[in-house]
Amino acid sequence: MASIGDGPNVVYSFRYHELAACYNERFTVRVYFDYNATTPLAPEVVDAVVRMTRDVFGNASSVHHFGQQAKAVVDDARSAVADLIGGDPSEVVFTSGGTEADNFAIRGAAAVFDTIEPSRKKHHLIASAIEHEAVLNTLKALGRTGWRISLLPLDQTGVLSVDRLQDVITDDTALVSVMHANNEIGTIQRITDLAAVAHAHGALMHTDAVQSVGKIPVSVRDLDVDLLSLSAHKFNGPKGAGALWIKRGTRIQATMTGGKHERNRRAGTENVPAIAGLGVAAALAAGKLTAEGPRLAALRDRLETGVLRDVTGTAVNGARDARVPNTTNISFDRVEAESLLIALDLEGIAVSTGSACSSGTLEPSHVLRAMGLSPHRTQNSLRFSLGMFSTEQEVDRVVEVLPRLVEKLRGLTRKAATG
Amino acid sequence: MRIVVAMSGGVDSSVAAALLAEQGHDVIGLSMQLYDQSEGQTAFGSCCSIDDLHDARRVAAAIHIPHYILNFERQFEETVISNFVGEYAHGRTPLPCTHCNSSLKFAALVDRARGLGADAVATGHYARVNRDESGRFRLRRGIDPSKDQSYFLFSLTQDQLARAVFPVGDRAKDAVRAYARERALPVAEKADSQEICFIPDHDYARFVEGRAPETRHEGTIVDEDGRALGRHDGIHRFTVGQRKGLGLASMSPASSTPLYVLQLRPSERTVVVGPKASLERTTLTASGVNWIACEPAAPLRASVQIRHRHQAAAATVRAAGECRAEVAFDLPQLAVTPGQAAVFYDGDEVLGGGWID
Repeated sequence: MASIGDGPNVVYSFRYHELAACYNERFTVRVYFDYNATTPLAPEVVDAVVRMTRDVFGNASSVHHFGQQAKAVVDDARSAVADLIGGDPSEVVFTSGGTEADNFAIRGAAAVFDTIEPSRKKHHLIASAIEHEAVLNTLKALGRTGWRISLLPLDQTGVLSVDRLQDVITDDTALVSVMHANNEIGTIQRITDLAAVAHAHGALMHTDAVQSVGKIPVSVRDLDVDLLSLSAHKFNGPKGAGALWIKRGTRIQATMTGGKHERNRRAGTENVPAIAGLGVAAALAAGKLTAEGPRLAALRDRLETGVLRDVTGTAVNGARDARVPNTTNISFDRVEAESLLIALDLEGIAVSTGSACSSGTLEPSHVLRAMGLSPHRTQNSLRFSLGMFSTEQEVDRVVEVLPRLVEKLRGLTRKAATG
Repeated sequence: MRIVVAMSGGVDSSVAAALLAEQGHDVIGLSMQLYDQSEGQTAFGSCCSIDDLHDARRVAAAIHIPHYILNFERQFEETVISNFVGEYAHGRTPLPCTHCNSSLKFAALVDRARGLGADAVATGHYARVNRDESGRFRLRRGIDPSKDQSYFLFSLTQDQLARAVFPVGDRAKDAVRAYARERALPVAEKADSQEICFIPDHDYARFVEGRAPETRHEGTIVDEDGRALGRHDGIHRFTVGQRKGLGLASMSPASSTPLYVLQLRPSERTVVVGPKASLERTTLTASGVNWIACEPAAPLRASVQIRHRHQAAAATVRAAGECRAEVAFDLPQLAVTPGQAAVFYDGDEVLGGGWID
């Protein structure tokens, strides 16, 4: 019903393949630089989702032809996901997305110690302080039921030091959960090293890899984790589909109970079209990771260099070396990120601060806060995240527009401060 | 022209936005989140609750304008709420909507609007603003007398009025609602907001006590001659003119004359009560006076309104320097309440106003 103000003369960059010469004065061009929030679907994914929605309606649990047809689609997708992360298809459990996968990993692992093995007396959970809310609030909820929770702080690099984990982990620790790549600043954590520490204390290692899978090569064996969450819509797949990879032999209790779907680990009729889309997205990502990573890194660096050069008082948040290639988080001195984000949107450029709260207002980033950045800097930082359809023209447009917007906002800040 | 509309999620500001969009302006909807809603469990009532922000978003989508929610929690706390609590703690009866207008909507929000390239901020107030031949901005009542909100806008400066747009001020409430229905705006049937938005349960006393625990201090209720009639739990629980809730039923004199709050004496923590006749005043002084029309050199005949629902009464107003004014009514007025505004009108034009001492 609502189309939020866009008339017919608006072109979206992710439809460039449909509309060739669109850099034309008659058009407003919308630039989408918020791929870490969600991504436009790859055309092949759209085709798969549409086809399955229309043609494969069977229940994957049914015995007959229609069920078998659906089951085959789900199994193909399972193999594609397993291939993308170097796991075995039997270890992949489909979920409704990253949030459910995180909940399943943490609550499912905790439940084993609460109900099945209470004698092992493990009642401690550890995570980094920069986890996504899906992890943080799940831990908070378990904290209210008696679990002890430790959140590990970080330094300004945004990379968790293994020593921090060493300091707090004990043999009581049931699970360590550290995200692979951070959604706001893109830094990549040393999961393999952290997993070694966790395992030395008999704890499970979970990683929320929602922001790394599909962007950089991810191997569950190399990371040496027990549980890994991923989400389709972060790599050009559909929303409402994700997976938890559960290393064979890991004890975990189902949190969604009901029928015997997903080998008894996640009840509920499979969302076949979305799962098919996830499978296609996984196969596409696997096929072009090696080419797409450097392409995005070059674009991101072009953007970063341009902004730092043309806008005074800017700085990149977090370490610049260990990052996913598509993300940069930049602070703009003396500018409220909230205003700059809106001003950019009105220019047709979509970016983001950290995470939006329920009403849609912006809150100071808990990630930047956990890194020890000043309160001011946590509120003047913007995230730019690029992806599949991002182009050099888009980067240049942003670099061209930003100085003017920032100057305008700074002029007002000065006035407000003195008046 | 690019215009920001302050959208509360109510029917008036929704229609304001729709009218401006229909006139072809480049309209941006902004809603102010004024208090912490992160827990999502606190049941806020009327305006600015999370449901209202949602309503504002739905209206913006329906009329195809961009919409953003801005976090003004800190500014709201520092200006409106602290003033509200401080006034009650000092035995005065605050008028938060006016502070919100002059310190947030037509101050912080205007600054944000300018950052977005918008020169004006529109609201759903029932009031009218226009520019006279000399270039001065004049403020008048909305044409619907039952909805007029000019009383709450007296403190706007010339700079603020220059950027203020009131699209529904020249319409009757019925017409505004009819327009909303005609356009099928999602809030067309929504009830008008009542009372003070940040205290949905209307328990002002508990709110004030929560912010300023020192107000929970008992004191004496006395009559006009200083005779103690009873005790009270804190002067912030009272307002001049109040009749109910004095807790004096058992002690009232046999005469059965109803007793009213006449005065609050914060330094002694005393509430003075008396018969209705003693509530009458013929004069008042006001401070923090803002003149929208030019400040008069000589005493001025005006009608003066001392509460939102008060029928403005004939009076002589004299500017007394240092942003002060003296008002002498032709006839005695009931319950001149410190902390409320005295707004001076010439017919439907707001000449100025100030805070009752």
